[in-house]
Amino acid sequence: MNFETIIGIEVHVELKTASKIFSPSPNAFGSEPNSNVNPIDLGYPGVLPVLNEEVVNYAMKAGMALNCDIATNTKFDRKNYFYPDNPKAYQISQFDQPIAENGYIDIEVDGKTKRIGITRLHIEEDAGKLTHSDDGYSLVDYNRQGTPLVEIVSEPDISSPQEAYAYLEKLKNIIQYTGVSDCKMEEGSLRADANISIRPIGQEEFGTKTELKNLNSFSFVQKGLEFEEQRQQKVLQAGGEMLQETRRFDEQTKETVLMRVKEGSDDYRYFPEPDLVPLYIDEEWKKRIYDEIPELPDARKSRYINELKLPEYDAMVLTNNKELSDFFEETINAGAEVKQASNWLMGDVSGYMNKNQKELADLALTPQNLATMIKLIEDGTISSKIAKKVFAETVENGTDPQKFVKDQGLGQISDEGQLREIISGILDNNQQSIDDYKNGKDKALGFLVGQVMKATKGQANPPMVNKIIIEEMDKR
Amino acid sequence: MSRISKEQVKHVAHLARLHVSEEEADMFTKQLDDIITFAEQLNELDTEGVEPTTHVLDLKNVTRKDEPKHWLTKEEALKNAPEKQDGQFRVPSILE
Amino acid sequence: MSLFDHKLSEIQEWLHTKEISVNDLLNEAYNRINEVDGEVKAFLTLNEEAARQRANELDALRGTTEGRGLLFGMPIGIKDNIVTKGLRSTAASQILDNLNDPLYDAHVVQKLNGAESVTVGKLNMDEFAMGSSNENSSYYATRNPWNTDYVPGGSSGGSAAAVAAGEVPFSLGSDTGGSIRQPAAYCGVVGLKPTYGRVSRFGLIAFASSLDQIGPLTRTVEDNAYVLETIAGHDKMDSTSADLEVPKYTEALTGDVKGLKIGVPKEYFAEGVSEEVKTAVRNALKVYEDMGATWEEVTLPHSKYALSTYYLLSSSEASANLARFDGVRYGRRSPQAENMIDMFKLSRSEGFGDEVKRRIMLGTFALSSGYYDAYYKKAQKVRTLIKQDFEKVFANYDVIIGPTTPTPAFKVGEKTEDPLTMYANDILTIPVNLAGVPGISVPCGFSSEGLPIGLQIIGDHFDEGTVYRAAHAYEQATDYHTHKPSLGGAN
Repeated sequence: MNFETIIGIEVHVELKTASKIFSPSPNAFGSEPNSNVNPIDLGYPGVLPVLNEEVVNYAMKAGMALNCDIATNTKFDRKNYFYPDNPKAYQISQFDQPIAENGYIDIEVDGKTKRIGITRLHIEEDAGKLTHSDDGYSLVDYNRQGTPLVEIVSEPDISSPQEAYAYLEKLKNIIQYTGVSDCKMEEGSLRADANISIRPIGQEEFGTKTELKNLNSFSFVQKGLEFEEQRQQKVLQAGGEMLQETRRFDEQTKETVLMRVKEGSDDYRYFPEPDLVPLYIDEEWKKRIYDEIPELPDARKSRYINELKLPEYDAMVLTNNKELSDFFEETINAGAEVKQASNWLMGDVSGYMNKNQKELADLALTPQNLATMIKLIEDGTISSKIAKKVFAETVENGTDPQKFVKDQGLGQISDEGQLREIISGILDNNQQSIDDYKNGKDKALGFLVGQVMKATKGQANPPMVNKIIIEEMDKR
Repeated sequence: MSRISKEQVKHVAHLARLHVSEEEADMFTKQLDDIITFAEQLNELDTEGVEPTTHVLDLKNVTRKDEPKHWLTKEEALKNAPEKQDGQFRVPSILE
Repeated sequence: MSLFDHKLSEIQEWLHTKEISVNDLLNEAYNRINEVDGEVKAFLTLNEEAARQRANELDALRGTTEGRGLLFGMPIGIKDNIVTKGLRSTAASQILDNLNDPLYDAHVVQKLNGAESVTVGKLNMDEFAMGSSNENSSYYATRNPWNTDYVPGGSSGGSAAAVAAGEVPFSLGSDTGGSIRQPAAYCGVVGLKPTYGRVSRFGLIAFASSLDQIGPLTRTVEDNAYVLETIAGHDKMDSTSADLEVPKYTEALTGDVKGLKIGVPKEYFAEGVSEEVKTAVRNALKVYEDMGATWEEVTLPHSKYALSTYYLLSSSEASANLARFDGVRYGRRSPQAENMIDMFKLSRSEGFGDEVKRRIMLGTFALSSGYYDAYYKKAQKVRTLIKQDFEKVFANYDVIIGPTTPTPAFKVGEKTEDPLTMYANDILTIPVNLAGVPGISVPCGFSSEGLPIGLQIIGDHFDEGTVYRAAHAYEQATDYHTHKPSLGGAN
């Protein structure tokens, strides 16, 4: 039996406002436990929520960037459930009137573009953090309580784990471009849950779905879904029945593990939040936010191809990462040649980051220095070989390439007289190579160039060296 | 005909995280059934097309500026905690 | 005669000339409390030490206090569901028994502190404001100062009884379905529920968020208007508080009601309203006629659905509002709890009384999957109809007048058996909360048993001025407000 896979993804993104969604406590990651809380966050008797306007703006921005329709009338609801990290025992969320609906993003898998629908994007508050210990107790830190979130729910349009990965990468990239979130999975500012079901090809109704939770990276999402796809096929092929389960991905065994079987649907008893009044978002407000949205990855990619004349591959790699793309823009604005800037960023810079497990922002390298170095290559001041040395220095210590080249005397030797003198000396000692060359052995030329480079510590201008050696040999 | 069964009362009590004894469940079933039966008088009214009222005043777009402010110290935050440990609120784990 | 029998302006004059001190006023309050509160049981927590300290500070200011406002140095009692920083706030519930410092002051308390009044203590109430007799307090039932065999009404029973007994000149209560007006009527004092949104709810322990309002209970309409002027106004911490100027209500007290158009709803004289009460209200209408006002019978056709609507909506909201009492951050945690679910269930079951549990369960049921549309949403729609009833009347009339309660106070223990009978006490006050309009209860007579009867005057949204004007004119034309219970001998 052949099956098709149906995947839907829910993503929670923390918005990086200065204060929390319903209270003025600072919205900060990594503070001492319970140091960014007030009676509102702690759900003290008598407290009331007041909505942070910036949260609405950010959510609209994210919704617009995901091609959603923005609601004109929207409101908040209470979602009721007891848990120690949920201080009011209800979460303020949006139920039947989310701020944004009916969006989509285009992903690319195996060179093909596919459109994935976005059902809705709504605003809600994050919960505190519960840490379980072994002694029968858990500890609660409410710093995260009230951090603004948007929940983004995809349509079940995703038909493979690979597409799921591409969807998440693209979604993260778009959100990062809008500037409303850092989307750092390791800090929990982006979290993803996935629903997966399979059905025999041709079957109309959906199969029973499994929900995968606690996925700590996009590749774990993909691996978890791959495992789940196989597991579900095995169950069905063996004549078994799927249960509606919540499972987690075990990073050690690379398997999904049952957390609980869902019986019916949870009864959250949603009802309109009486403590918050509705929002009316008029066209003017929408336009103001729309105008603030920066160029998004797809538009930027087209511009790189059409205006900067970069190859499609370069344009894709650069725009897939906002930091990288911004760095690239600054580098070319500082005067670097476009293709050179792209090569360096995709090549040596990315290589350095991978090797050292660092983000672009953590490097000492500045777009200014990268541009300076590229210009030094372009005008022949340094060879591309020396450039590696210069790069190593500037990426490590942030040294100005110009200054480094000057201080270290790394400038290329392009003085013809000086080179001719060095080359004459080398030819004097290598008659055999001259003979070989004249007998048609081209390799001898390479050997001689190597000797010159060795004698000049790599600083000789390679094209000039070639030219002079041939001239000098012809004379002999 | 009863509007709410004892089983439903127990389920509702569970949703509301209330422990009820069998005796209490009997009492609440009777009382809630009376109240709900009485409340069903609302079905006499045709409310087709009537907008529900959540807010009695017609207020909209009440928001505050995104300005962070500290209010409590860590110690104050934990002042009334039934149990605390390492600057956090301590609770029994999900299971025994 | 008590110091509190004098007009506020008179007391302030004596304070400024140092004829009396703030400590004298506090003595008046605490002495009276010592004398009668053993019987009345209006207070849950006294604030004497802090109040004395505050009185000393304020006494040092005397002589420099001209123009400081009429509440300077005045003792005040606060209902226990209004949080007070550093002062125990329990909402009369065991679940908050140990909440000795709720960490912050309610907005109204900040306003009163700013007006330099002095908090005497916290007043008894039905647990979480759920009740009509104060018998649902988890501590003890407050008694009616006019006859301690009778209930003072509820849920602000402590607030009404303390004023009636002369323990404090005024108090704050809260009103979700009649909880200020009904006890004011039973205790023969003046109690106003402001327009929804007139007074900030920040710091009011929520019962039903879309209905709750804080309001003053006083001996006279003038005092009441003055306290409201002090506590009312926009609060940026309460999204539902109206961003409107607060009028000088005391300036509305002209005594002139000539041409005032009064609507008298026929539904407020229906079955269940006692003859004594009907007669008292009809006599009051006669007084208005004599003053040049006119009245006509009007209809609020959906009144009979108000009780059901109210219990569904208020209980639904309460089921969520009271869910935060989970034993994690403050309040009671059951010592028996060994795991998380038991911590929730046992703490809440041990901490809440039966009435609170009943309403939490009713509300949980009304919101639960499969029942939401039939109960909660249906009630929200009927609320719209009830609100429209009032809008239609106020299109043609300045105020609506009727009884506050169907009967005078009932005996302690008389209605505790059947929740529905108890709920029926609020049948005339509930529609006002559902419509969000202001309503006041002023004394309008006594029953054959010597128990006070209340007259309810209802105004349009944010028209407390007209309500006060009508109430004040009636008060000046009658002497019911000068009667005092004979409790504890001469006072």
